[in-house]
Formats: sequence, structure tokens, C-alpha cells
Amino acid sequence: MNDCVSIVIVSHSPEVARGAADMVREMVGTEVRVAHCGGNPAGGLGTDVGAILRAIESVYGPKGVAMLIDLGGAETNSEMAIEMLPEEMRKNVVICNAPIVEGAVMAATEAAGGASLQAVRATAEEFLS
Amino acid sequence: MAPDRLQRLIDAASANIAAHEEELTTLDRAIGDGDHGANMRRGFAAIEAAGAEISSLEFGAALQKAGMTLVMSVGGASGPLFGSLLMAMGKSAPAVPANAAAVAAMLTEGIESVKKRGKGDVGAKTMLDVLVPVRDAIASGDDPIAAARAAADAGLAATRDMKATKGRASFLGERSIGHLDPGARSSALLVHAICDVLEERK
Repeated sequence: MNDCVSIVIVSHSPEVARGAADMVREMVGTEVRVAHCGGNPAGGLGTDVGAILRAIESVYGPKGVAMLIDLGGAETNSEMAIEMLPEEMRKNVVICNAPIVEGAVMAATEAAGGASLQAVRATAEEFLS
Repeated sequence: MAPDRLQRLIDAASANIAAHEEELTTLDRAIGDGDHGANMRRGFAAIEAAGAEISSLEFGAALQKAGMTLVMSVGGASGPLFGSLLMAMGKSAPAVPANAAAVAAMLTEGIESVKKRGKGDVGAKTMLDVLVPVRDAIASGDDPIAAARAAADAGLAATRDMKATKGRASFLGERSIGHLDPGARSSALLVHAICDVLEERK
């Protein structure tokens, strides 16, 4: 299982994050580890740096982690969480510039084939072009 | 810094944010997603809840702890933005700055961290449009407290006619013109709260 890039999904909405993760598992299977989080620390819409950190750590492996995130604060909080990781993990976690649901499915599909983090990210971001 | 002075700074900042939560929400509803008031109130309430621990620390460590508390509790982009501001200021100034020039130098470190975190600069209708003129005023004014207050108010007012190019407000483009920036407003509220304590008005 550690042979695959893992996926972390971060949305302002816990339901969107969970739903996107469900779609990945349904369409790609379970060999790619997927973590998701959504909502602010008080449970409302928003994102939570601590929850993002825990999500990354829960699926982190030697091939790295590709993150799919939604708007604004999700990006700032995800970048903050990445910076708070131990230095050796930091360079193995990337944020994909891709739509959250489509990007997660595309990234996981690529990851399932054993692709590198760079290839997973490129595949997710291809969706934009 | 004496623990009671740090505690008074925490209380004043938290109280001023809480007193203006509705205003911040209204400003953010106009050009953002309407969560800035609640997010900032939650962040500063968390700092207040940790007030005894924070105010027992050395000045720089206290700022860093307060910044980290914002990062972990706010839930929006303003957490890492205001959090990075305080953490970088605290890192650059282990002890209370000795004079206005040292305060300005500390603020410069914070401002650089905000620019990096937000990938922005002055003129984009953000908190930087208050922080940078406040820093400049502190560096150059004879009366740094009065100068900081005036620069905060002028900087905030100037955001009204700016077009947002950063954050959620940038989605609105031209339609962001005519509204004050909520992050600039909360920055001004913090500047005034700090000045109040420094002037012993509270």
C-alpha cells in the first residue's frame, strides 16, 4: 500500500470532503490511501490547520501526498499545515491546482498505478487544460 | 514585559475584536464569505483562554504562542495570516523592543511574513494596507502612538477605493471597489487596542 501516492482532500465543508473521498474509493478502490477533512475548528464551514495536519500524517508514505483543496482559506491553511510538518516530509506533500472532486479522482487513478508524486499532480492538473 | 501588561494587551485586543464582530462580518459579507468576524472572534477568544500561559512567557515567545493559537483556531485564511504576523514578530524580538525604531523593525519582519504567506503586497486591498503605513508611521513619527493610530485609520480608509486582487474579494473584481477591507479593519482594530494599552487608557 505504501507503494502509492496518498491523497488528502480539504474542503470548507465536511460533507463535500467526505463525499469527494467516497467518490475516490468508489471509482478507484482502496489501494490508494485517502484522508479528508473539512470544517473550521468550531465545526462550521471553513478549514482547520490541526485537522489538515492530522489528515496528512494519517496517510503519509514514502511516495508522498497529493492534496486537493477548495477555495481561499483552504489553500492558506493547507500551506500552513505543510510548513508545520517535519522538514523531511514537507517536500513530499504538494497541493494540486485542480477542481477538488475531479482532481481527487484523477490523482487517485494515477496514484493507483504506482506513479510518482509529480506524475499524480500533473494528471490532476491536466483536468484544467 | 510584565505579565499583567501582556494580559492587558491580550484582553484589549480580544475585546476590540469581539466588540466589532458584527461590523467585520458585515464588511466580509460584502466582498468575502462573511466569516471574518466569527473567525477573528474565535481566534482571539482562544488567545484569551490561553492568556495565563501566554502572559507568563517572555515577550517574543508570547507573541509566537499567540500567533500559533490563531493558526490553530481561526479556521480561515486570516488564521495563518495574522498568525504568521505575530509569529514572525515574536521570532524577531525576543524581548520588548526598546524604542519605536525597534518596534518598526519587528513589524517589518511580521509584514514580510504576511506578504509571503498571502503572496501579496500593499495596494491589493488587504491587511497590509494598514500594517505597512502603520510601520512607516512608527518609524518616522515624533509621536509613534498617535502616528500609528492615524496611519491605521488612513490606511483602512484607503482600502475603500482599492480593487481587490487577493483572496476571495478578488473574485468580485471591480465590484470590490467601494467597500472597506475586513482584514484591514481588523488590523486597525488591533493597532488601536495596542495603542490603548500603551497609553494606559484601559
